[in-house]
Amino acid sequence: MGASWSGDFVLAFGTASDYAGVFRGASDNRGVLFELQHVTYSRSGKLVLRGLDARLPVGASSIVGPSGSGKSTLLRLLNRLADPDEGTVVYEGKDVCDRDPLELRREVSLVPQLPALIDGSVHDNVAYGPRLAGHSFDARSCLELAGLDPAFEDRDAAKLSVGEQQRVMLARALALDPRVLLLDEPTSALDQAARDAVESTLRGLREQTSISIVVVTHDMEQARRLADYVVRIESGRVTAQGGASEVLDQEVERAIATAEDAT
Amino acid sequence: MILAASSIHVTLGEVAAALALVAIAAIASRAWHAGLEEDIGIAVLRSFLQLTAIGYVITLIFDENSALLVLGLIAVMIVFGAFTARSRAKQVPNAFWPLLISLATAAAATLGLVLGLGIFDATPRYVVPVGGMVIGNSMTAAAVALNRLGEDVHDQSRKIEATLALGATSSQAVTPLVRRSLRSGMITLVDSTKTTGLIFFPGTMVGMLLAGADPTDAVRLQLILLYVLLGAVSIAALMAITLARRNFFTPAHQLREPPEP
Repeated sequence: MGASWSGDFVLAFGTASDYAGVFRGASDNRGVLFELQHVTYSRSGKLVLRGLDARLPVGASSIVGPSGSGKSTLLRLLNRLADPDEGTVVYEGKDVCDRDPLELRREVSLVPQLPALIDGSVHDNVAYGPRLAGHSFDARSCLELAGLDPAFEDRDAAKLSVGEQQRVMLARALALDPRVLLLDEPTSALDQAARDAVESTLRGLREQTSISIVVVTHDMEQARRLADYVVRIESGRVTAQGGASEVLDQEVERAIATAEDAT
Repeated sequence: MILAASSIHVTLGEVAAALALVAIAAIASRAWHAGLEEDIGIAVLRSFLQLTAIGYVITLIFDENSALLVLGLIAVMIVFGAFTARSRAKQVPNAFWPLLISLATAAAATLGLVLGLGIFDATPRYVVPVGGMVIGNSMTAAAVALNRLGEDVHDQSRKIEATLALGATSSQAVTPLVRRSLRSGMITLVDSTKTTGLIFFPGTMVGMLLAGADPTDAVRLQLILLYVLLGAVSIAALMAITLARRNFFTPAHQLREPPEP
């Protein structure tokens, strides 16, 4: 099931214009990774996602929107950390609710917004997931892929900087040998230098692996830097989706128009 | 049987005289505006009514000497214990059943053992007070353990969800918290057992000494009870945690109350 680190990855990442073809014709599901159909989700009585329809292609995509728009919630539905109240989440042509949640989470691995490491060394953290699954893993290469010096392996995870911890979070997700990485605001807790480093790590992942990524971000420019396909949501509904530059350029035009109206 | 048959007689007048000490507490509260006078009054009244009532019930049960009646009383204590403990572990969803089962198991296991080993006779005179102590202490331990577990699951929901995201089952994700909850539930009794006789004299021993029993007998009986309680408390806390921890999750290993985004 897993993608190999060194394997051919070229097919997985297309350019934005390729995606225009991906979704043409309802019967042609090739290239569609996730499809959300009329998804509704509420928490504590408050509606977070309202009949949302979206598709995410194989490759690098991004979910953008203001804070509180439901981006993180949407991400958690993709690997069944939560299930929708209504509607369906389809992963590779199959309803996620028909899949074993534990297997799904190993295949579609989520890196949360803030580091949340287990007590112990960096190695303990990287080893945690594969050990539960009974998979073999190479901690050092996972750390390297996540942009962390393999010498960190024996360090106490709790004593690392937030940026380093975030990389351990990425490394331990990679140790599961996932096919998809879900990244929730991967740089929101970081300063600009650390942000640039994480972004370059994520671009490196695209070059070195065939892992698809879904990045949730409130930063449009980050979406442009990291993703080819963008879904924009607001108040739990999709307001735009398509090739990254197309959606984001519209966004810029809209912002300019709003600014001009104001003056 | 180690308990010597001895009895003392206490009059209501003597009980009333002891209220003089309560008056000191009330005066102190008033002088310092601690606002406890009303609560002290309620405590005095409730303890009088409750203990008097249970005194009559116990007299009745001792006189009847009916196993069914004793079992009924133990069952009532277990149900009330589970209700009381549930109100202290509010953050644990559906805590009642885990508490009920854990209290019942702790009572059955420890009472079964002391009766089976012949430490006590299977008569109401022993089963009722020992059962009450076992259930009372088990209740406190289970309530404290679950209260801690509820708080920790709430506080660490991000960490738990991050662990679930690595393909951990709900039980695996909550394992690091179980250790601390179990510790919280048991530590009070373990600590008081360590210092028993040095800093405080346990109630049973005090009662027996006051009632004129031989100190050696009083000490031995107290030791038996302390060991029984240690066993009961660990069974209750461990079982309550084991049974209740799954209530935080759905069958699909999802937190019922996911972390705030």
